[in-house]
Amino acid sequence: MRIAIASGKGGTGKTMVATSLAAVVSEKYKIRFLDCDVEAPNAHLFLNPTINENNSAIINIPVIDQEQCILCGQCVDMCEFNALAMLGDKIEIFEQLCHGCGSCTIHCPVQAITETPRKIGEIKSGAYNDDHPFVFGELTISEPMATPIIRQIKNRITKDDEITILDSPPGSSCSVVATLHDADYVLLVTEPTPFGLHDLKQMIGVLSHTGSPAGVIINRNGIGDTKVEDYLSDKPFPVLMKIPFQEDIAEGLASGKLLINIIPELKSTFLDVLAVIKSEVKRESGQ
Amino acid sequence: MLTQSKAVKEMVVLSGKGGTGKTSIAAALIHLASQSQINPVFVDADVDAANLALVTGVKHLEQHDFISSKLAQIDPEKCDLCHKCYEVCRFDAIKLPTNAQDSYKVIDLLCEGCASCVYSCPQSAIHMIDQQDGEWYLSTTPFGPLYHAELFPAAENSGKLVTLIRKEAKKYAENNTEHHLIIIDGPPGIGCPVIASSTGVDLALLVAEPGLSGSHDLKRIVQTLSHFKIPQVICINKANLYKQGVLEIRKFAQENNIQILSEIPFDNAIPKAMVQAKPVTEFSPTSHASKTIEKLWLNIEKILTN
Repeated sequence: MRIAIASGKGGTGKTMVATSLAAVVSEKYKIRFLDCDVEAPNAHLFLNPTINENNSAIINIPVIDQEQCILCGQCVDMCEFNALAMLGDKIEIFEQLCHGCGSCTIHCPVQAITETPRKIGEIKSGAYNDDHPFVFGELTISEPMATPIIRQIKNRITKDDEITILDSPPGSSCSVVATLHDADYVLLVTEPTPFGLHDLKQMIGVLSHTGSPAGVIINRNGIGDTKVEDYLSDKPFPVLMKIPFQEDIAEGLASGKLLINIIPELKSTFLDVLAVIKSEVKRESGQ
Repeated sequence: MLTQSKAVKEMVVLSGKGGTGKTSIAAALIHLASQSQINPVFVDADVDAANLALVTGVKHLEQHDFISSKLAQIDPEKCDLCHKCYEVCRFDAIKLPTNAQDSYKVIDLLCEGCASCVYSCPQSAIHMIDQQDGEWYLSTTPFGPLYHAELFPAAENSGKLVTLIRKEAKKYAENNTEHHLIIIDGPPGIGCPVIASSTGVDLALLVAEPGLSGSHDLKRIVQTLSHFKIPQVICINKANLYKQGVLEIRKFAQENNIQILSEIPFDNAIPKAMVQAKPVTEFSPTSHASKTIEKLWLNIEKILTN
């Protein structure tokens, strides 16, 4: 079962929720934790995994054999991302624009193109709480594209994993979709403010494309107004938890403490959330 | 004085970590800038979570479709189940036939728009269809013109949309010579939309949050902006919530020769102002946060005029 934690708005508490959920349920289940926020990964700061493997995240980019190349320009015309250009008597590649689709390589009429891996980030893996797999990625500074790394992180999921928890990036576009398009359940973490509501609606829009069931966690409850709850009152996204705004929570998180270590009473609430998720996923798969 | 400078200057508000207060602080700076005869033009570059308009209020003057990506579409009548599209697709975006579906089908959500399947299909059964990925607007606000956008949920090319609205804002400012500054509210992260929001700017204001996550992500955005040689300054938001975190940021800033312009305390006035759909400096001008942000604005003005 794949549970993704997303938000739309940044800073609502995705990592806070994901890491506490992962800590609590790892006492009963085999958990794999994937931090898919490869631009700014934070979950490792809270779960303190032992990292024992570091691999390059790569994109396969074209290499033109200039002697074989007949300068027909088909690869340039074919590239939907403008990553190839004919400059003088050479085909040039703009590496950072390349999506690694392989189209130019496959369709070159004289097979003048091969591929070479280009490193765009790192994937680090190990374990938290002794033996629960933990994987996170880091986009190399100045690289634009996060999604290939997210796909490579998700390739680590195996059939034996009971529960995979995926910490999503903020936003509602391609890296979020790459993280949660195949999630069995999505936990949406929001805050009770106009920004929280606006971006929650964006995420609900994403879910209308992915079709996964979802529930909502309202963080910093009390800081704004009740419009998020009012909005959700007639929607199929139950509010599963409300975490109050408290300065001791903010301070504890700032120092790297798990939420469930700041407020231990929430441990049972997270187990209740998991129970709801399991029952909802079972119901969906039965349909 | 900024107003005597010929070129339009650009400033972006970024953070690395989400939720540090970029938009709240950007809105306050916009309010203060508009009162100082600088006549800024504003850009909300956080196009998949565009919140700035919620605190400035907007009236759309122009609305444009953003048509950017393409999706492959398989004609089921022509598909002869040869499997080639499935073989070439690297994005798992081709769905195999099932009992309910008797041809290969593109999974829109996963289609990267590369068209490799188009060129591979021996039956020419696949075509690329233009997609509208969002909308962008020129709006008026009580503080000046705002270029903003809404990327449709799950859409792609946020970086391109950011580049587009920045270009439009620059054109507007250059054609209407009373405008001397563009203030850009940036997105979280360090990837493509952040890079698009910050290339070529005169100054990046980093809104930092004290704490392990805040410091970790601050380092990554600083490294990113340094790579692109963008001048940067820091303001620490919610500074009273974790003193050790503030000390770490000060140390980091000193080691990297980055000025800290301001340390803004956590202040309930900020979310209250948001609920009232106003910048905090307008809603509660005597609040601690507002007073601190006023001084921040004066420091920024000094830097931009030098």
